[in-house]
Amino acid sequence: MPDPLLEEAWGLSPSVALRPEPFGALAYHFGNRKLTFLKRPELVAVVRGLAESPDVRGALRAAGVPEEQWAAYAAALRGLAATDMIRPRAAEVAA
Amino acid sequence: MTAVQERPTQRPSGGSLVQQFEYGLDAPICLTWELTYACNLSCAHCLSSSGRRDPRELSTEQCEAVIDELQRMQVFYVNIGGGEPTIRPDFWHLLEYAVNHDVGVKFSTNGVRITPERARFLASTDYVDVQISLDGATAAVNDYVRGPGSYDTALTALQNLQDAGFEDAKISVVCTRQNIGQLDEFKALADRFGATLRLTRLRPSGRGADVWDELHPLPEQQRVLYDWLMAHANDGQSGVLTGDSFFHLAAFGESLPGLNLCGAGRVVCLIDPVGDVYACPFAIHDNFLAGNLLADGGFQQVWQTSELFADLRSPQTGGACAKCSFYDSCRGGCMAAKFFTGLPLDGPDPECVQGYGETALAGDRTIPAASQDHSRSTPARNQPVMLKLMTRPPVSDCAESPLAGFEPGHQGSCCS
Repeated sequence: MPDPLLEEAWGLSPSVALRPEPFGALAYHFGNRKLTFLKRPELVAVVRGLAESPDVRGALRAAGVPEEQWAAYAAALRGLAATDMIRPRAAEVAA
Repeated sequence: MTAVQERPTQRPSGGSLVQQFEYGLDAPICLTWELTYACNLSCAHCLSSSGRRDPRELSTEQCEAVIDELQRMQVFYVNIGGGEPTIRPDFWHLLEYAVNHDVGVKFSTNGVRITPERARFLASTDYVDVQISLDGATAAVNDYVRGPGSYDTALTALQNLQDAGFEDAKISVVCTRQNIGQLDEFKALADRFGATLRLTRLRPSGRGADVWDELHPLPEQQRVLYDWLMAHANDGQSGVLTGDSFFHLAAFGESLPGLNLCGAGRVVCLIDPVGDVYACPFAIHDNFLAGNLLADGGFQQVWQTSELFADLRSPQTGGACAKCSFYDSCRGGCMAAKFFTGLPLDGPDPECVQGYGETALAGDRTIPAASQDHSRSTPARNQPVMLKLMTRPPVSDCAESPLAGFEPGHQGSCCS
């Protein structure tokens, strides 16, 4: 069964800044001071694209991630969500 | 088969973070900025030999320009230290300036200026962490190296922060032979103030070189420390921080959480009060000077183009350590610890837990002369007692252990 996360609308947390690096990017959360490394440029593209996509699936597609890897990316995004690097787009959830 | 293994210079794609970090980053992750060499204390083991202000110290405007550049480079936070940074008159201004420019601040202080009023200001500010230095869980052990009164100053600062509602201050401890036995007491102290304990490694840097033989933990204490850190590794939010400084202990077996790699010039560096950029906070010496941000076109220019940093970012060879089965765990240990004890940089750490350090220390070595010193020329009123003790020749008990006869609460009993 596909991860239900794929259907949800997510975005970068407002307190998080992304810094491009040769291997991908650093994500820093000014609130909880957590530093996270996005080790693949593709993951960086997905994370950056979340806010512009209606759902995670759309962001994965836009970043050109092959469908067989979506489950792995969904798991990676859940990891980022655990430290509030990304969060559900609350406004749309409430709407 | 080639006799000399070629060192790869191309960054691999993918691979572990450690492999990526070895090639350096576009900007440091962990940048320490010593704002001043001036200090109200004269700690015996001061890694920057601080005391007197350097007349060439960066001006307020120059500091602001550094912050502007850090913001452009997306250096998300700086560790501000000294000297005692809070005795710079513009310290509070620079703190606000940094935070307002997306550069979070974690500053280290002995607490001298953390008044109730400043504590309230700090509690009202986001993106500021405060680290109070304390090298003993009791006044006797702390003041022995940090000077009389310094324990009370630190505890008053912690109390002021707690009373003001400042959450999660850090208590920053340099682990020494005298305080390894107090780890539980330090943790209790941190819990009492709603603070987090941060333990770091004593380096033979600055004045630390003069007292390292006496203060650095004994081999069996390293094991105690390692076991204690492992037991507290998963304490979560209230856990213990280490600044990733104990990676030499990884050769005991399991790696400690964090970056198990020397980050010097790769992910870490130091800006000193006059704008000199060094590979790491523990390497204030000409051999590790990458450039000056005033003279060499700014910090980014130094970080990205210095020859020294380029060299540090090419993968290092294991040297004498390559044949050790633990090399992949500790990666040869701390560069600064080796350098300031006169050991070769491609050999074992002086505190190598496999015992190779002791062998190396017993061999021929020359301790490098300091390339700068901002220590006071005349002793301060609150100078640690141990310095006076060291001016006398050791007698019987002390010949074996410099601390024999040292009883907490009875400073000066040793050798007297």
